[in-house]
Amino acid sequence: MMRGATGSLRAELIGLGGIMERNAYLVKRYALWEVAFFIWTVANTLTIVFIAEGVVAAGGRIDLNRQTTVLLIGAVIWAYLGIIFEILTETVAWERWEGTIEYTFMAPLSRTVHLTGMGLFAVLYGVVRAGLLFAVIAFFFDLALPDADFVAALVVLGVASVSFIGIGMMTAVLPLISPEKGTQLGFIAQGMLLVVSGIYYSVEVLPQPMQWLSVISPATYALEGIRDAILEGAALGTLWDEIVPLIIIGAVSIPAGLAVFRRGEQYAKKHGKLKRSG
Amino acid sequence: MSRTAAITPPSAGSLGPGAPAVEVAGLSKQFLRRDKRDRRAGRRTRKRRVPALTNVTFNIERGECVAILGQNGSGKSTLVRLLSTLLLPDGGSAHVFGHDVIKEPRAVQRLINRVSVEASFFKKMSATENLSYAARFYGMTAGDTRDEIPRILNKVAFATDRRTEPMENLSRGMQQKVALARALLTSPVLLLLDEPTTGLDPRSKLEVQDFIREVRSSQDSTILLCTHDLAEAEVLAERVGILDRGELLVLEPAEDLKRRYGAATLEDAFFVATGKTFEQEGAEEGGED
Repeated sequence: MMRGATGSLRAELIGLGGIMERNAYLVKRYALWEVAFFIWTVANTLTIVFIAEGVVAAGGRIDLNRQTTVLLIGAVIWAYLGIIFEILTETVAWERWEGTIEYTFMAPLSRTVHLTGMGLFAVLYGVVRAGLLFAVIAFFFDLALPDADFVAALVVLGVASVSFIGIGMMTAVLPLISPEKGTQLGFIAQGMLLVVSGIYYSVEVLPQPMQWLSVISPATYALEGIRDAILEGAALGTLWDEIVPLIIIGAVSIPAGLAVFRRGEQYAKKHGKLKRSG
Repeated sequence: MSRTAAITPPSAGSLGPGAPAVEVAGLSKQFLRRDKRDRRAGRRTRKRRVPALTNVTFNIERGECVAILGQNGSGKSTLVRLLSTLLLPDGGSAHVFGHDVIKEPRAVQRLINRVSVEASFFKKMSATENLSYAARFYGMTAGDTRDEIPRILNKVAFATDRRTEPMENLSRGMQQKVALARALLTSPVLLLLDEPTTGLDPRSKLEVQDFIREVRSSQDSTILLCTHDLAEAEVLAERVGILDRGELLVLEPAEDLKRRYGAATLEDAFFVATGKTFEQEGAEEGGED
């Protein structure tokens, strides 16, 4: 019995490695597109971060260094979350397009391991891209961040990523239910999550109902924690107000995400939607 | 190195002692489809239930090769997808080596693999890369696949110098060979072949058929072959079934089938059994085939 369980766990871990391996192959094969998309992300982020300079040029009186960093962190988190949601949504969407969906879903790999593999790859890939993006954009603005605790910021991002993966699992099911529009619905979920989370502003400026929603959004705590770590130099030990809610939301969102995906998969199997052409 | 040395073969327990390889009883599946008659009449389209499989019952013994003949829309692919755990039936049951495809999908998934009419791959990735990651899903480590992938690609006569090329650069015949290699890499005890030679040139078709024969003789695999190709069914399978509009009309050795319908050829037998020539398109709208 014990040997069977160990063998099964081993097979699942090998399968998880297979998910990571496949995504690494895809990044390698689409390397030039990766560069093109990164340039697009840089351009997009610059349009946001230059707003702070624009306000000063128009006569506004703000702490330029601080405001630029606030916008930069918001834009980087937006890009990071976009990567997590995009990769998890591709769990279904890309496979359907390539036609491999039936082979992946008939393989003896648990859906938990399948989605966890996609989530882990998304986090690794997202952290590298977000780190590069932060560095490239910071170079444009000659930012002074003498107190920044980047390790603490990275830990907060890592803890928040658990929640992001859980929510991403929920959005990943959308292309399974609606092959035509499901992927776009994932982008809507991303936007809704960030608009209530103080992406480029403090949540206090939001209308009250949106502030209530911000309480259950993991992005709120991720943004607050990362800004505190980078702008104020807050050490990890002082960020429990952000980390504890993130752990709680993560503990809820992962099982919820898996349950939603399993429900969607059953629906797709019942209605014949688990196939290549949609 | 032997194939079975690369990965652990299914244990005797996982094969359900004494159970047939495939046991299908009263299997039914319907799909909801928009009613084209409403569209033609300019009315708001309603959905109606279209039967894809109706009360299908049959067994396949271990080591046997069974071919199912049917036109487009007859329910062949629905049957394969049900056995592949990709669809849930509306009624009836299906067991693979004693394991219920609905209640024990993981146990079934470990025992099966499949080749379908479309050789579906990540097109930018190479044959080796596609086989490599797919093998991991079946518990094969990098150590297992390092020797096994070249060996199995050799076996399907896949050119060595094209193993690292993106799949999109390969001909349809070559892609189908990789699809066969993918299925066999995991040592399935039940191989589901859904029109594996459709669209292939005559030479590629013969190569694939030879390979299926070799798999049967060298391994103890059970094969369910769904095909359009009557000659292929006759030469490869011990028993041939005719599936028409979701109903399995008959399943028996080709000679018995011809005798039953007083026909000289399988094509004639198909015509007598279904009232249609084999080339006629299926009228069903199940959309699964």
